[in-house]
Amino acid sequence: MISLRVRRRFVSGLMTTLVGLLSGLAVLALVLILGHLVAKGASSLNLDFFIKNPVPAGQSGGGVANAIVGTGIIVGVAALMGLPVGIGTGLYLAEYGSGRLGWIVRFVADVLNGTPSIVVAIFAWTWLVKPMGHFSAFAGSVALAVLMVPMIARTTEEMVRLVPHSLREAALALGYPRWRTSLRIVARTALAGIVTGCLVGVARIAGETAPLLFTSLGNLNFSTSIAHPMQTLSLQIYTYATGPFEDWHRMAWAAALVLMGLVLILALAARWATRRGHGAAR
Amino acid sequence: MTALPLESKPGTASPPGATWRLLRGANVADRIYKGILTTLALGLPLFLIVLVTQLVVSAWPSIRRFGFSFLWNSVWDPVAGVFGAAPMVFGTIASAFLALLMAVPLALGVAIFLTEFAPKWVRQPVAFLVELLAAIPSVVYGLWGIFVLIPFLRSHVVPPLRAVLGWTPFFSGVFYGNSLLAGSIILAIMIVPYIAAVSREILLAVPGTQREAALGMGATRWEAVWTAVVPYGRAGLLGAVILGLGRALGETMAVTMLIGNRHDIGLSVLQPAYTMAAAIANEFSEATTSLYLSALFEVGLLLFVITVLVNALARILIWRVARGTAAGSRAL
Repeated sequence: MISLRVRRRFVSGLMTTLVGLLSGLAVLALVLILGHLVAKGASSLNLDFFIKNPVPAGQSGGGVANAIVGTGIIVGVAALMGLPVGIGTGLYLAEYGSGRLGWIVRFVADVLNGTPSIVVAIFAWTWLVKPMGHFSAFAGSVALAVLMVPMIARTTEEMVRLVPHSLREAALALGYPRWRTSLRIVARTALAGIVTGCLVGVARIAGETAPLLFTSLGNLNFSTSIAHPMQTLSLQIYTYATGPFEDWHRMAWAAALVLMGLVLILALAARWATRRGHGAAR
Repeated sequence: MTALPLESKPGTASPPGATWRLLRGANVADRIYKGILTTLALGLPLFLIVLVTQLVVSAWPSIRRFGFSFLWNSVWDPVAGVFGAAPMVFGTIASAFLALLMAVPLALGVAIFLTEFAPKWVRQPVAFLVELLAAIPSVVYGLWGIFVLIPFLRSHVVPPLRAVLGWTPFFSGVFYGNSLLAGSIILAIMIVPYIAAVSREILLAVPGTQREAALGMGATRWEAVWTAVVPYGRAGLLGAVILGLGRALGETMAVTMLIGNRHDIGLSVLQPAYTMAAAIANEFSEATTSLYLSALFEVGLLLFVITVLVNALARILIWRVARGTAAGSRAL
């Protein structure tokens, strides 16, 4: 009898320790990856890395200025297209989404949220690259925009739903038309949450590589024309990491560190926006 | 919302006719607003329809040529114009399955620890750190896999594995680095944050009375979790795992960089393999003949249909729990 009690207590303690260790293991993976990024990437970071273009293989030096600018342009254009559609869809789901159409849109958004990004790349290739006859940064932006819409839509919807109903009723009772209530009162109250969702969405697509492989393709030269192939940090990392040169590997780590830094800044900004939003609501 | 309730009681400040016009004006703007939002929202279902149609149309030459043999033929010969996707289908399923094998205990452990056992001050930071794993770009996972994970596997993991289990078909052959094992481990790390985050939400949704009842009957803390909390959220937890499966099936870059990309079906995890997503990533821009391209479209269609089905199943399971008590009371 006593031995059973001891055993049960022992098992409980053991499993508690085990799940704690597993959590530690997950955190350890993150620490290892970030640690390696800093350890192997930081030494290659200098001013040249940010302001120069890649040099031909075999030469040392050079930088990834073209990839940094390219990432900014491609992600920026994608955000310009994806954010309005995503936010609009989210507002629709929150304001009018109780019917059957709302259910369908919500379900499709959730399902598309897990779509392999490579399939979206095929889509962009068929509709943009093939008709135009050449690869273009714009096609890459469209692929990224498509990827971010479902996510932005769902986060926007959730944030708008958090707004107390009394606020909406107060505005309507004062004679505000519904559309102004929706935009000026409800969406404005949920603004911090919507911004958070947008930042997370942009952070997610900033690191995407697969949708750009055969849309924006990559470019060894500096280019700002969205009608032509353009380099991004993610494509550069892929090329450098799978290439044979020691120097390329060094550059890959440095580029990965920069990309990770960019994504982390966006993620932390998102958290900060949420906090500020909560502070304002109280 | 129409302005009907107000119409019968026009405002007192302005004459009835003007109010009516004002209200009608607002109504038109409201309708325009709703119209714009509806159009935007229709974009998603429309996109889904266009995508599927386009994939089917582009894949049609390959579908007509190879029929169902596309699924179990393992010859992939662009020169001879014969295409069978069996090695990729096998590799996709095998890598996702192995990844789940590693990720599910880890992610469930994280979720249980964070909701049931961790001290308050640990919960938020650890949850944030685990979620950060999802923020790391796929290509960075690939880079880390090539230069850190594979050398580590080669020197510390594979030799003892082979010494003990080398006689089984699963650990036979030479280890070159890029392999099913390396790809699966990276996949496992990548899907842990998704499974953990959804599982955590599910466990948080389990009512406190479940725990209290079990503890009140003399259960230890672990017994309370394992017999009262986890079974209550069973459907949702299954949904979380299936969601992770969907991610693993469609993941492209990290797997392409690590799995070895060889058109072959082998039982050994130390050997290179191939996945559907990796095949598209590698070969799409070099597909020379239209049949080759069409075969890759069919691979894309196959991948898309599988992930959509898996994701839909996951969502239905998660929604069942998140909806409220219906699923839970059935678990009792």
